[in-house]
Amino acid sequence: MSLSSKQKATVKDFFSKMSTRSDDIGAEALSRLVAVYPQTKSYFSHWKDASPGSAPVRKHGITIMGGVYDAVGKIDDLKGGLLSLSELHAFMLRIDPVNFKLLAHCMLVCMSMIFPEEFTPQVHVAVDKFLAQLALALAEKYR
Amino acid sequence: MVEWTDSERAVITSIFSNLDYEEIGRKSLCRCLIVYPWTQRYFGGFGNLYNAETILCNPLIAAHGTKILHGLDRALKNMDDIKNTYAELSLLHSDKLHVDPDNFRLLADCLTVVIAAKMGPAFTVETQVAWQKFLSVVVSALGRQYH
Repeated sequence: MSLSSKQKATVKDFFSKMSTRSDDIGAEALSRLVAVYPQTKSYFSHWKDASPGSAPVRKHGITIMGGVYDAVGKIDDLKGGLLSLSELHAFMLRIDPVNFKLLAHCMLVCMSMIFPEEFTPQVHVAVDKFLAQLALALAEKYR
Repeated sequence: MVEWTDSERAVITSIFSNLDYEEIGRKSLCRCLIVYPWTQRYFGGFGNLYNAETILCNPLIAAHGTKILHGLDRALKNMDDIKNTYAELSLLHSDKLHVDPDNFRLLADCLTVVIAAKMGPAFTVETQVAWQKFLSVVVSALGRQYH
């Protein structure tokens, strides 16, 4: 389910519109991930506080969102562009790839909340496809 | 049996009491058909689904979205026994409609996105937790009678 050039343009355009609130969206999305899917907290047992809205969760959400923005810039070659990030996730973090989908869903919810007019069904499908491709690229080195 | 806290019940009840069934039903089903186009397989008799624009203007889809959303009323009224409340509906979706139960999850996700857009900041973390818990119980109940 690869992106058409129109969809790539849609993704770049929407992420550009979103950029003023990207930190909020990242922080909120990770907070919602650990709240709605509590099993995801298992990856954060090394933090004193992995509850939704906590400082480490918000900070890490912002980091992750930064990575997503970086991937937008590499949208024409996600596998190649995200090689080292994939190695990190495969060999060090070893996050079960099913969780990428869960976080993607939380990101979509936050985008919809903060940009209800702009997050049309057409934008939704393009962004959902992009996040799915991103997840695939991140899982590339897993096995 | 699913345990609901008072606060979860309050959240779910509040969402439904403020719900515009026509608007949210139409938007959710349209979004599902656009974002997950393979779901269109179940709507062969619903007229023109050619592209996003025609889907969004399709009155049959709009009416069906409303119908689906009203179907959730039963779960709201019977929160302590959603499993049995939907036993018949589950059989219907399995035996008559032949809907892959994974589609219930896809529609539920679209409904969540549409409600989030409508409620904005009022769709707090706690609200999302309760709402998604409710939907996952509904989705599970609807898939339960498949054989």
